[in-house]
Amino acid sequence: MSVGTTMNSQPVSLETGSASMVSIARRQRLQDVFFHRITQSFSLLVLVALMGIIVSLFINAWPAFQKFGVNFIWYVEWDIINEEFGAAIAIVGTLASAGIALLIAVPLAFGIALFLTETCPAWLRRPLGTAVELLAAVPSIIYGMFGLFVFAPLFADYAQVPLQNVLGGMPLIGFLFGGSTNGFGILAAGIVLAFMVLPFVAAVMRDVFEIVPPILRESAYGLGCTTWEVVRKIVLPYTQKGVVGGVMLGLGRALGETMAVTFVIGNANRMPTSLFSPGTSIASTLANEFGEAADFHISALFALGFLLFVITFIVLGLAKWMLVRAEKAKGL
Amino acid sequence: MDFNQSLYRQRRWSNAVGLTLSMGSMALGLTVLLWILFVLFSNGFAALDWNMFTQSTPAPGTEGGGLANAIVGSLLMVGFSVLVSTPIGIFAGVYLAEYGDESKTAEVTRFVTDIMLSAPSIVLGLFVYAIAVATMGTFSGWAGSLALSLIAVPVVVRTTENMLRLVPGSLREAAFALGAPRWKVATLVTLRAAKSGVMTGLLLAVARISGETAPLLFTALNNQFFSTDMSRPMANLPVVIFQFAMSPYDNWIRLAWGGALLITLSVLVLNIIARVFLREKTPV
Repeated sequence: MSVGTTMNSQPVSLETGSASMVSIARRQRLQDVFFHRITQSFSLLVLVALMGIIVSLFINAWPAFQKFGVNFIWYVEWDIINEEFGAAIAIVGTLASAGIALLIAVPLAFGIALFLTETCPAWLRRPLGTAVELLAAVPSIIYGMFGLFVFAPLFADYAQVPLQNVLGGMPLIGFLFGGSTNGFGILAAGIVLAFMVLPFVAAVMRDVFEIVPPILRESAYGLGCTTWEVVRKIVLPYTQKGVVGGVMLGLGRALGETMAVTFVIGNANRMPTSLFSPGTSIASTLANEFGEAADFHISALFALGFLLFVITFIVLGLAKWMLVRAEKAKGL
Repeated sequence: MDFNQSLYRQRRWSNAVGLTLSMGSMALGLTVLLWILFVLFSNGFAALDWNMFTQSTPAPGTEGGGLANAIVGSLLMVGFSVLVSTPIGIFAGVYLAEYGDESKTAEVTRFVTDIMLSAPSIVLGLFVYAIAVATMGTFSGWAGSLALSLIAVPVVVRTTENMLRLVPGSLREAAFALGAPRWKVATLVTLRAAKSGVMTGLLLAVARISGETAPLLFTALNNQFFSTDMSRPMANLPVVIFQFAMSPYDNWIRLAWGGALLITLSVLVLNIIARVFLREKTPV
């Protein structure tokens, strides 16, 4: 029902006086148009900001792209003095740490979401759920500090050294556990990142699991399914797009994370050769080098930033698309 | 009753394994995360004293000092950020909620907002560097505020839109039936009804930006001294913590833990207030 569309067309004789009614309606119509345009322009401002980000990143990265071309992506070199830059080292570090993080966080998050929706006693459900959500709000620099001061020494003594002793000599996978055991490196960064991403992914998965209509679960229970079977055969297939969307949201977060990674990844601009060797991610390269970079170096850093933005944009876009399809499947 | 005993036992067994694993992951997750909080609190409280709020950051290698300039700088930047992002976020959120179903612009904006919600904050810092620091010729508190606003606006837009959508349609229809123009319905009726939800969104946005380090790294940089001049580099808690924690000086590391505790406490308190607020005011 929209006010004002019919009142302007012809004067209607009403008891209150047709002229004033028409002028009131006309004024309201004008106000509505203003309101529409003003709110629309604020909304467009957000769009413009995103366009601006992409454009400005690209413009500032252009000198680097011009010099190295598309090969910038897989050029394995980061020589500041001779101005030879390639994104491969940073990309490998980013993908490796994010991959390890997801490998650890996704099963744990799935277990937590399962626990919260199926087996948790009702009185515990709300506090534990709130706890998970609050933990997702803790700033990432805390995880970084924890990683640097507490996790790294423990990781060196209780994980890296034993792993290297036991698996270091094995034929195929031995090389993965070589290198220095000082508590830093790709694996350490991946583990710290995993615990940073974990509450977030767990919260998203729990929300997705809760969408399942109770009647589906109750029918399965009524047929005699065990809890595990209900989860595997009813809940998971129903929510699979949502789960994948949630995982990709976590991936997007992990790819862009700066603080949690910079503290423990070792910050070495060489291609990592094992899980324990120091490396660097795109975000930590930016964090470490931008402050003192000179002209062409800055352009190379902008190129890295542009690549990171494009990668996360694609991942997050896919995640959003999957989550939207999961919502549609819900049928509401 | 005649049923396959071994199959039944196998199903019971996999059920037991699955549930144990899930409880185990909950236990592991909670334990590690509580451990992190415990480490933070014990190191942080040890560093908490009156000096922290009254003295500025010390020089490397010296004793004493506090985080006063960083705290004030952070408050200033977060404050300006909120001032900027609140109107933008609320208006855009109103647009998405009121005209969202009939407009392509709204759909695209929603998509873009969701992406910017999870976008890497360091890239936003790069963007603000390019447009604010390079053009102004200096790092500044304004640039830092701008970067924080870029992070806060999507949060406010999304929560505003969600809260406005929760308002029952009958309320809107009643206002229309009384002859109210669309803008009055949107602001005086719907927005007013969703007031507490929108406040919650603002609180959550503040909580989110208080802990962000990366976007401030090359916009506001840092300042060793006490300054309230927003057009020059400005001290702020997250960057100070980053710088101090990575350093070899014990005093600096002690202060870094104290600062980390301050940030975490404010983030947690803001989140809890937002939740309590929302739970109280949410009607049937």
